[in-house]
This record gives sequence, structure tokens and C-alpha cells, in this order.
Amino acid sequence: MLSVAVQHRLGDFLLDAAFESGAGLTALFGRSGSGKTSLVNAVAGLIRPERGRILVDGAVLTDTARRVFVPARQRKIGYVFQEGRLFPHLTVRQNLLYGRWFASRRGQAGEVEHVIDLLGIAELLARRPANLSGGEKQRVAIGRALLAQPRLLVMDEPLASLDEARKTEILPYIERLRDEFAIPIVYVSHAIAEVTRLATTMVVMSEGRVAAVGPTAEIMSRIGLFPLTGQAEAGAILSARVAEHDTRFGLTTLRTAAGDLRVPYMDLRLGAQLRVRIRARDVMIALQPPQGLSALNILPGTVAEIGETDGPSVDMRLDCAGQPLIARLTRRSVESLGLVPGRRVYAVIKSIAFDHQAFGGAAPGTPGADADTRHG
Amino acid sequence: MSWVLAFSPEELTAIRLSLRVAFWAMLGSLPVGIAVALLLSRGQFWGKSLLNVIVHLPLVIPPVVTGYILLLLFGRRGLIGEFLADRLGIVFAFRWTGAALACAVMGFPLLVRSIRLSLDAIDRRLEDAAGTLGANAMWIFVTITLPLILPGILAGMILSFARALGEFGATITFVSNIPGETQTLPTAIYMLIQVPGGDLAALRLTLVSIAISMLALFASEALIERATRRVQGL
Repeated sequence: MLSVAVQHRLGDFLLDAAFESGAGLTALFGRSGSGKTSLVNAVAGLIRPERGRILVDGAVLTDTARRVFVPARQRKIGYVFQEGRLFPHLTVRQNLLYGRWFASRRGQAGEVEHVIDLLGIAELLARRPANLSGGEKQRVAIGRALLAQPRLLVMDEPLASLDEARKTEILPYIERLRDEFAIPIVYVSHAIAEVTRLATTMVVMSEGRVAAVGPTAEIMSRIGLFPLTGQAEAGAILSARVAEHDTRFGLTTLRTAAGDLRVPYMDLRLGAQLRVRIRARDVMIALQPPQGLSALNILPGTVAEIGETDGPSVDMRLDCAGQPLIARLTRRSVESLGLVPGRRVYAVIKSIAFDHQAFGGAAPGTPGADADTRHG
Repeated sequence: MSWVLAFSPEELTAIRLSLRVAFWAMLGSLPVGIAVALLLSRGQFWGKSLLNVIVHLPLVIPPVVTGYILLLLFGRRGLIGEFLADRLGIVFAFRWTGAALACAVMGFPLLVRSIRLSLDAIDRRLEDAAGTLGANAMWIFVTITLPLILPGILAGMILSFARALGEFGATITFVSNIPGETQTLPTAIYMLIQVPGGDLAALRLTLVSIAISMLALFASEALIERATRRVQGL
């Protein structure tokens, strides 16, 4: 349990943010310069806020009113930095074990092997950081932070300096970390694809303030937040389970509370859990169950909320059996279809609209259409 | 060519003494040099630029002046010298220890400068990272900072050693030129070329001097390269 309330001035910039988060992965999301890194640096004890109170698991780490400031080394907060910050003069093994010298509790036997195994870095142990790829460096950095026995793990844009391929390589490791270790994670990012894939809770930051906090799916379906969460990538998140594979057509059926979705074949076992992000711009609306249509996914629902706009496009939230779904239409279509809240509609989604970025919890390299082949 | 190796006992003494003086000058000034380099690189205090100037002073003032100042401070009747002699029984004046002190002072700016430059070049975020892993300031210094500035320390030590081997002015002013006690290679050479028939001996010692210096430089280059590769993780 993390509780943060911080006020800190950096030049002209005022950081004035408060949030609470629990188990799982909490994403601090916002544009560059919105104060995310300063906020986690305050949590980790790397900066001393002018005013504020920070608690982890009930332990007061910073309380300016009572002049409490626990130094970084005593906070037991593992920090994975954007640039890795591996010690260049030490081997990978020495880097991994560095924090263990100081950890008060030794941890279970075999924990080191478990972490090494989980991150897939067994072959790297004798090497030095200069001989590692960017992705390998970040995996070692994650292992190093984990093995220091932290009670909270802070990750500051750990993928930002990596190319797409390396990102796809690391994301599954972070998911395993989130699911297999009982350590809460605070994850700083400005990439919505990462956040929607990883985050249990989302903290949206804007200009040094917290604009919204909540479960990721709920935050992502709030039309009013789209200017902050990103217009182009806006979309709803559904929890799904692999229900069926159709080998003849190379399709996989995903079962969600809103209905079944057929997507390009995914190399996952039946029953596997994953998250699906359905972009607002990939959703069409029909008033009747469509006939003679190539699209494979049709979810019935009702219009729950229509966003306000003067521009050509309108975002609307649908309620599909209790699940939110976001659709983006032209204002003209909204008017000509007579869409108003409460209206019964059918959401139409092309199967090919699901690319690898749309899935969380899936194996790396999930087959799917490339971003460019999506329809406009 | 036999004259080359025909060292007289006095010459051998001068060679040994020179090495001893240079070695202790280098080693003795090392901890102070690291501390001062740390202060100059990281300290925020009043009088920092004054300290910087004082450290570099031996580079720019005439060595004779440095020697004379040392005599005033560390001589038998000197401000510090009297106290050290009476209370601790440490005497610098006209002893080989005094020669080492003079050499240490003359080499100090080079030592500090070299260490300070490598301290300035360190990515301090690595030290932050060590902090988040639980290391305290002392451990961070020993396990991160010190290994990373090792090439700079080695380079500084060699410079200090080389400077000490060549030191003349401050040494002869402060501790004179006493064979067996304060007569180092340069002062021995100086004395030999003053006396008739000393040319050959002077030439011998000159060659020795060049040999030692070259050896030291070669060794240092190799050491520094190895340390640098290690620090960069290559």
C-alpha cells in the first residue's frame, strides 16, 4: 500500500500530486514533463519534497510536517531506471547481487536462481554491462532491483530507450513480475500501449497534478480523459479468455463479458487470460444486427454516453453487457443515426483491427496484423 | 662500456634514496590527494576556489620559493616543524622525509588534478542507483566511486612519482644536498657536474634517471589502460 502526497517546486514547475495505490502494477501515465519522474523520485527518496507525506505499507518515509525523511538506502524501494544504470565495472552477477549485501532479510534459498530464470538472464551472468543489448541491460536492472528485497518496485520508463522489438521482448517479463511476485509496482510511462497492457491501476498526470486515478479499464473508458490519455490511441480495455482456436481460418475466439471476439490466431493455450484493447477508431456502429458484412465481431450494447465536441468526430461510450466499449464516429453519423444515450446499437469490429499492441498477457511475437494494414 | 655499470656506493645510495623519496611522496600524498579532489569536485563550501588556488600553487611559483616556504613551516624552528618535533618527534628538516615532503607538495597539484577530473567524469546517477539498493555513502564510495576513478588515481600517482623523481629546487632549498640523507638523483647529478672529473658519474646517473622515468611511464600506461578497460566493462 503506497500513499503519496507531495508538493515540490522545480523552477517554474509545480508538482502538486497525491494518490494511493495498492497491490499489482500502478502506472503513472502522462506526457513528458508532467512530473511523473519527480514524483517517483520523491517516493524513492532521491529528491526531498518541499512539503509532503509518503507512506509505504504504513511506514512513514517522508513527512515534512514532522521532519521525517528516510534516506533512499533505507527505504527498500527497488528502482529500475530508464537507462538501466548498471555498474559498468561489475559483472552481471555482481550487479544482480549488489543489493543483497545490504538486504536485511536474506530471502529464500533459490530466490536468486528463480529471478535469474524468470528474467532469462542465466547466460549473461559472467558478462559485463558493456557487452549487453539494451533489452538485456533492462532485464538485469530489473533483477538487480528485485534481489535487493524491496517492498515496492519503481520502474521509470524502463522501455523508453528501447526499440519496438526489444519492448516486445521485455513486456512479458514485466507481466510475469507483476503476477508472480507479491511486490507492488509503480510504473512510469508515457506510452499508452504499455500502460493498458500492464497496469492494474492508472494514475493520469498532467502538468504536475493528478488528473485521475482508478482501475485501468475504467480510466481508459472515460471520454473526458481522452485529451490526456491520447486521442489517437483511445479505446476500451476488455478482459478476455481464450475460448477456441479455428485452425482452418487461423482465427482465435476470445470470450469477454461483452461477447465473443474473433481475432487472428494467437499462440496461447485455451483458457489463457489476457487483455484486449479495442481502439475507438476501429469500432463502427449499426442500428440493426448487420447482415452481409465482412466484419466478424458484432457486440450488442446501448449508448451510455456521448462526448461533447465541435470537431468532426465524436467519441461515445457503449455499455455492452456491463462492459464499456468506446466508439469514434463522425458527428454527422451520430446525427443521421439519431444516436442518443439509451439507444440500442451494435458495435462492429474488424478482426484484423487487433494487432500485437492490442493484447496484454499474450506471448511475445503474437501473430497479428501490422499497424499499417489496419483499415482507416 | 663497463663504466656504465660501475656505480660507486654513493651513486647507488642516491638512486635508492631517490626511489624511496619518490615512492613515499606518492603514497603519502595519495589519501590527502583523494580527499582534496573529493572536496574540490563535490564540496560546496566557502573558500573552495581559494583551496583550489592553494593546491595548484606549487605548479606556478618557483620551486625555490616552495622549498623556502616549507623551510619556514616545517624547519626546526618552523611553525609546524617545531610542534611536530617537540610533540611527536617527527623531523623533516635535512632528513629524507623532508625530501619526500617537498616532492609530495610539488607533485600534489598533478595528483589532485588527475583524480578530480575522473571524479567529475563519473556518472553520479550510478551512485544514486547504489543508494536505492541499500548501500550507504561509505559503501558507495568503496564499491562504486573508487573503482570508477581508479584510472585517474593511477595516472595521478604516476605523475606524482615522476614529478618526485625530477624534483630539484624545492628539495635542495628545504633539505639541502646531504649524501646518504637528502641527496636524490637530480641533486647528485647537480653536484657531480660541479666537481672536476664528475662528468662520467653524472652521465651514468642521468641515464639511470631516464631509464626509471621511462619504465614508470610504460608501466603506468599499461596499468591505466587495463583499469580503464575494466571500468568501462570491456
